[in-house]
Amino acid sequence: MTGTIPLQFFLVISTLMFFIGVFGFLTRRNLITMLMSIELILNSVNINFVAFNKYLFPQHLSGHFFSLIIIAVAAAEAAVAIAIIINIYRNFKSIDVDKVDEMKY
Amino acid sequence: MNSDLMFFILAGVILVFSVLTVTTRRILRAAVYLLFVLISTAGLYFMLNYNFLAAVQLTVYAGGIVVLIIFSILLTSHISERAVVANWKQSLLSALAIVAGATLTLISVFRFSFTASPEPAAPSGVKDIGAALISYGENGYALPFEVVSILLLAAMIGAIIVARKEKIKVDEKDLK
Repeated sequence: MTGTIPLQFFLVISTLMFFIGVFGFLTRRNLITMLMSIELILNSVNINFVAFNKYLFPQHLSGHFFSLIIIAVAAAEAAVAIAIIINIYRNFKSIDVDKVDEMKY
Repeated sequence: MNSDLMFFILAGVILVFSVLTVTTRRILRAAVYLLFVLISTAGLYFMLNYNFLAAVQLTVYAGGIVVLIIFSILLTSHISERAVVANWKQSLLSALAIVAGATLTLISVFRFSFTASPEPAAPSGVKDIGAALISYGENGYALPFEVVSILLLAAMIGAIIVARKEKIKVDEKDLK
């Protein structure tokens, strides 16, 4: 099924996706787009787990279940983050990280 | 050959839309690009024969999280709002940092020789996964399953409490 694709190709995709997510996290100034960058990062980690599981330890399903659990954690994280973002928007009328600095000092 | 071609198509879609997700100025479009990335990732899981994981990826990520993100975008900003970008100095430094990090990681990935295991793949049908999730013996995952269920429940209750509107307090005297 996986044909002739070597494991390294999957690792290259997930590496690039991870660092694109890091770039977004560093350059974005809007809380929701920063959250999207975190989703990219989590997704790239999932690809790694699944590819390692399939190529190196196909007799187990550990990486598969780890990915399932990461997906559940990502859902919980997104729900809490969005609740916090909506609360911040109510208090500050903005979700720019530069404008939300009341707890800074 | 066919499966190879499919892999490269999915990889190209993932990379192009990942870059668009973090660079586009329109927030709503970024969410839609993220959706494409997540769907292509589900395609990769289908290629690896993990059908249940791909289905979960489609329903939870593409169906749940992206819809949640789109709702919160609509609640907190105008549809045509342009995102503020970091100044060029910060972007340049971030780009340098991620290029350095990616180069380092890719070099170490290619210098290590992974040897694919010749063992037959474990059955990964929905029935096998369900049995593994409730068994606590060897190759059973009952504990992580229960832990993540409690985490999800706690997170959902926490999200409701945090996002709830504060009630305006009314004195009982005023009501009388």
